[in-house]
Amino acid sequence: MSGLRLTGVGLVLGGGDTAVTAIDGVDLAVAPGETVAVVGPSGSGKSSLLAVSGALREPTSGTVEINGLTTTPLSDRALTTLRRDHVGYVFQQANLFAALTVREQLLIPRHVSGRITAADRARAAELLAAVGLEHRAGHRPHQLSGGERQRAALARALMAGPAVLLVDEPTSALDRAGSARIAELIAARTREAECATLIVTHDHDILEYADRVRELRDGRLT
Amino acid sequence: MYLALRDLRFARGRFLLMGAVVALIAVLGVLLSGMSTGLTDSGVSGLRALPATGFAFSADASGELFSRSTVTRAEWERWGTVSGVQAAAPFGDTLAHATVTGGAAPGTQVDLAVFGVVPGSFLDPVPESGRALGAAVADEGGVLVSQQILDDGVRVGDRLGIDRSGVVLTVVGTVGSQSYGHVAVAYAPLSTWQKIHYGLPGDLPAAARDVATAVAVRTGAGFDAAAADRDAGTHWVTKAGSYSASPGYSAESGTMKLISWFLYVISALVVGSFFTVWTVQRKPEIALLKAIGAAERYVVRDALAQAAAVLVLATALGTTVGLAVGRTLMGSAPFSLRAAPVATAALSLVALGLLGALAAVRRITAVDPLTALGADR
Repeated sequence: MSGLRLTGVGLVLGGGDTAVTAIDGVDLAVAPGETVAVVGPSGSGKSSLLAVSGALREPTSGTVEINGLTTTPLSDRALTTLRRDHVGYVFQQANLFAALTVREQLLIPRHVSGRITAADRARAAELLAAVGLEHRAGHRPHQLSGGERQRAALARALMAGPAVLLVDEPTSALDRAGSARIAELIAARTREAECATLIVTHDHDILEYADRVRELRDGRLT
Repeated sequence: MYLALRDLRFARGRFLLMGAVVALIAVLGVLLSGMSTGLTDSGVSGLRALPATGFAFSADASGELFSRSTVTRAEWERWGTVSGVQAAAPFGDTLAHATVTGGAAPGTQVDLAVFGVVPGSFLDPVPESGRALGAAVADEGGVLVSQQILDDGVRVGDRLGIDRSGVVLTVVGTVGSQSYGHVAVAYAPLSTWQKIHYGLPGDLPAAARDVATAVAVRTGAGFDAAAADRDAGTHWVTKAGSYSASPGYSAESGTMKLISWFLYVISALVVGSFFTVWTVQRKPEIALLKAIGAAERYVVRDALAQAAAVLVLATALGTTVGLAVGRTLMGSAPFSLRAAPVATAALSLVALGLLGALAAVRRITAVDPLTALGADR
């Protein structure tokens, strides 16, 4: 299937006496157009789950399939291409480039892929309108509110039309209204773009926007 | 350069500061280049102006050959018959102190690097003004003086008395700006040079009439230096090679080169240090770039383009300022600006700065895209 599939995925960090099992035997499938939220307390392995799901870290056991492509064993270069072409990330702190305007934040993934075309500019304008930031297109991150930064990060993640959208604690820096707005936006864009969205969060207020919710405890999904 | 250019604009205060440091190094580079060229000119421009390919010195001389070598008539006549030699003529050099005894500025004291040449030989210079050295003039002790001596107030027609020897020279013409061992050049007939060299009043003894410092040679196709040396019993040195045989040349040029290289090494370290700190500060952004799919090559190219932009712009500005400052120094110090050494200084600064930056941005390869997840920004 397309979307995201994790089969028996485990991740052990470190080695010897200090080895820590971050995630253990995780089976998870996220279909295109579906939003799955994974909740769990701090240290339960949420970030590790996101890292292996997005090909940022190689699992020590099991397989990860992104849009039908298995991430192991792949070279660093192949993983880079896989991330670029199939995965969109929304990071916890938005992680925007300080020197770029909101419009440029959306265009840089296209520049990384090759060159920016007129179609890319049009898509960036369309995405900015979709997340309600068209009036902020020329602003830099330090001129935006926390919610606006997260919306800009979401628009950037969707720019390449990813098959898989990975979202890390999107509401950690937002108030309740802002949290609801970004969660609603993620779910809506997931359906429209038909991407498989995995959100890891400890914010139970946004779970109502997910199609399914799974809980992660001590590295195991319940 | 998508991110690099925007970073330059966004963090312009930081880059302006760095650019100012590079520009100041470039100014220093131009000034050092000018001093180095000026000192070289002041040391050997007289030798450089001679239309010779090289010199044959006495075989037993070493080190500062122009001070220690003596060749005889037999040797320069032998060189005239060597295969591949187009012209060979005796050449003498000596340093002398003279006082203007008659003319526009009587009492003026000048130092002279007297080049003794046979009038009419291939070494006999074409004067820029006045008369050439000739047999008739030789009898009068006629000399051609360089521009620096004119700058001291001496004019064509003035008479110069060489200290102690009693030789009196008449300025009959001028050549361009030429010096040797930081002393202005004066061309004299070989016979006059011999009198000055030996410092003997009156007629020279017969043995002193048949000597010179070296044989100046202009070579052509088929010239074999080793065979010529074996044949004539001399020691051949090319004209460029002979510069190090002039007084103080090796020490001066070595010192200037050492200072220049120190400057380049310092500039590489400064630029490298700046970009190391900059790269460390940019680590979260680099991780983010990698996380969104930028290949390592893309990130390194972006960082190097940023360094190149700073280096090229700052070096161009610094070089322009250096040239302007340098022009004010010309004439008042041994300072000379030439395109090739200035360009070499500027290009070396850019190249070594880039090398420093390259060493710094290699850290990019160590940045894990995973850092972007939960990075504290």
